[in-house]
Amino acid sequence: MAASEEASRPFAGLSDVSIAEDIPVEGDISVPVGPSRRDDEFSTLDEPVKDTIMRDLRAVGNKFIHVLYPKRSSALLRDWDLWGPLLLCVTLALLLQGGAADHEDQGGPQFAEVFVIVWFGSIIITLNSKLLGGTISFFQSLCVLGYCIMPLTVAMVVCRIVLVISSGRVVFAVRLAVVTASFGWSTFASTAFLADSQPPNRKALVVYPVFLFYFVIAWMILTYSPQQ
Amino acid sequence: MSSGSGSRNTEPWGSFDDNLIQGGGSAVIDMENMDDTSGSSFEDMGEMHQRMKEEEEVAAEAAATEDDVADDGEFLGMKGLKGQLGRQVADEVWQAGKRQASKAFNLYANIDILRPYFDVEPVQVRNRLIESLIPVRMINFPQKIAGELYGPLMLVFTLVAILLHGMKTSGTVIREGTLMGTAIGTCFGYWLGVSAFIYFLAYLVNAQITMLQMLSLLGYGLFGPCIVLLVTYNIHFHFLFYGLWLLLGGLSTLRMVAALLSRTVGQTPRLLLCGTLGLLHMLFLLYLHFNYHTIVEGQNQKHRDRFLWFSCCRSRAVRSARRALSRWFLCLLLHRCVC
Repeated sequence: MAASEEASRPFAGLSDVSIAEDIPVEGDISVPVGPSRRDDEFSTLDEPVKDTIMRDLRAVGNKFIHVLYPKRSSALLRDWDLWGPLLLCVTLALLLQGGAADHEDQGGPQFAEVFVIVWFGSIIITLNSKLLGGTISFFQSLCVLGYCIMPLTVAMVVCRIVLVISSGRVVFAVRLAVVTASFGWSTFASTAFLADSQPPNRKALVVYPVFLFYFVIAWMILTYSPQQ
Repeated sequence: MSSGSGSRNTEPWGSFDDNLIQGGGSAVIDMENMDDTSGSSFEDMGEMHQRMKEEEEVAAEAAATEDDVADDGEFLGMKGLKGQLGRQVADEVWQAGKRQASKAFNLYANIDILRPYFDVEPVQVRNRLIESLIPVRMINFPQKIAGELYGPLMLVFTLVAILLHGMKTSGTVIREGTLMGTAIGTCFGYWLGVSAFIYFLAYLVNAQITMLQMLSLLGYGLFGPCIVLLVTYNIHFHFLFYGLWLLLGGLSTLRMVAALLSRTVGQTPRLLLCGTLGLLHMLFLLYLHFNYHTIVEGQNQKHRDRFLWFSCCRSRAVRSARRALSRWFLCLLLHRCVC
C-alpha cells in the first residue's frame, strides 16, 4: 500500500481527478444494469445463424462491387476482412490445378504453390509499403490485395471455358487479351485503394511490386494449358 | 525502499531520478531492470513509465478488492489474507510475463529495424539502376556505395519473374520441386549467398565494405542480367546472347569490381576478391541462360550454331553433363583470352 502510494505520487500531476486523499473512495462493486443493456444491442450471439452468414456475405459482396468499380473509397479499408481473399485464392488455386503437358512430372502450379505465391506475395508487398512509410495497416493491405485478385480469377474462369471449347491461335489471342485486361484492372484497382496511404512522391515505389505480383499471377493463368 | 522523492517530481512523466529510485519496488522488477537490453534511455524510461502505470493498476485493483474482502479477511483471518496475497502474486506474475513477451516481440518482430534501408525516392532508384551499368574508373579512393535494400530486393523479384517466364516458355521440367520454388531459390540464393561469400572474403582480406553495401552492390549488379535474360528469353539467337552477355553482363561486373577494387588494398587481395566476384557474376548469367531454356533451342535448329548439341535431350544426367561441358568450354575460352 505504501509502495503504491509512493508510486502514485510522481504521476499525481497526470491525473485530474480531484478526489482528496483523506476521503475514502466509495463505490458499488455490483454489476450495473446499464452496460448489459448496451451489450445486448451489440451482442450477435443470440441472432440466428442465417443472419450472421448473410451479413458477412453481404459485406464480402459489397467489397467485390467496390473492386469491380474501383474509385477512391475507404470501404475496403474500413471494415477489412479476409474471407474474400481466401475464397478467391482457393478458387484460383483449384482452377489452376491439373494443368500439365506431362502428367508424371508436375508441369502446372500445384495448389500449395498458388496459395503460397498469393499470400506471401501479399505479405511482402504489405511489408514493403509499410517500410516505405505507408499508413495502412497490415491486414487492411492484405484485404485490398486479396480482393483485387478478383478480375484475374474471372479471367481464369473465362480462359478455362474458352479452352474447353477449342485451343489454337485465335483462342490464345483471346486469352491474352482477357488476361492482360484483367491484369491491368487488378493493378489499377489495388492502386486506387493503396495509393492514398502512401507519401505522394513514393507511389511508384509501392505500385511496382504490386505490378510484379499481379504479373506473376497473370502469367500463371495465361500459360495454363489443360491436360490432354 | 522508501524515499521522499515525491516532492522532487518536476516532470509529468516522472523525472529520471524518481523512476530510478522507485523502480526497485519489488524483486521481480529489480531483476527486470538488470535484464533490460534496450538501448536508448527513452525506451527505458518509457518502459519504466509503463511498469509504474501497471503497478498502479494492480495496486488500485488490490485496494478496490481490499474493501470488498476486508470484511471477509477480518472474518476469515489468515485465510482471507492468504487469498488476497495469492491473487496479488498471481497478478504480478501475469504482468511480468506479459511484459517479457511484449518486449521480446518488440525486439525481434520489429520491422522498423529495416526502415532506414527503404528510405529512397523513385528518382534515386532510377539513377542507381542506370549507374549500375556504368563502371567508375576511380579506384584509388573508396567509391561511394549506396546502402539501400529496396532496389536490390525489387531487382531480385524481377529476376524471379523473368526466370519464371523463361522456364515456362521453354517448357522446363523440374522434377523435384516447383517452378516457383526453383526460381525463388536460385535468385535469392545467389543474391544472399554470393553477397555473404564475398563479404566473408572481404573480411579476410580486410576490405572496407559492409554487408549491407555488398548486398546493395550485388543487388544492383543484377540489373544487367535482368535485361539480358528478358531479351534473350524472347529472341533466341545465340550470338545475340553472347554479345549481350559480354556487354551488359561485363559492364555490371566491371562496375562492381571497380567499387570493390577501390576499397581493397594490396595486389593479391584485389585479385582474389574481384576475380571471384567477376567470375561468379558472369558464370551466373551463363548458367541462367543455358539451364532454363534448353527446349527452345531444339526448335531453332536452322541456326548454324556450335552448341546445337545442347538442345537435344531433357534427361537430367545429360543436362548436368552439358552444364559441366559448357563450364569447361568457358574455361577454355578464358584461358585462350588470358594467354
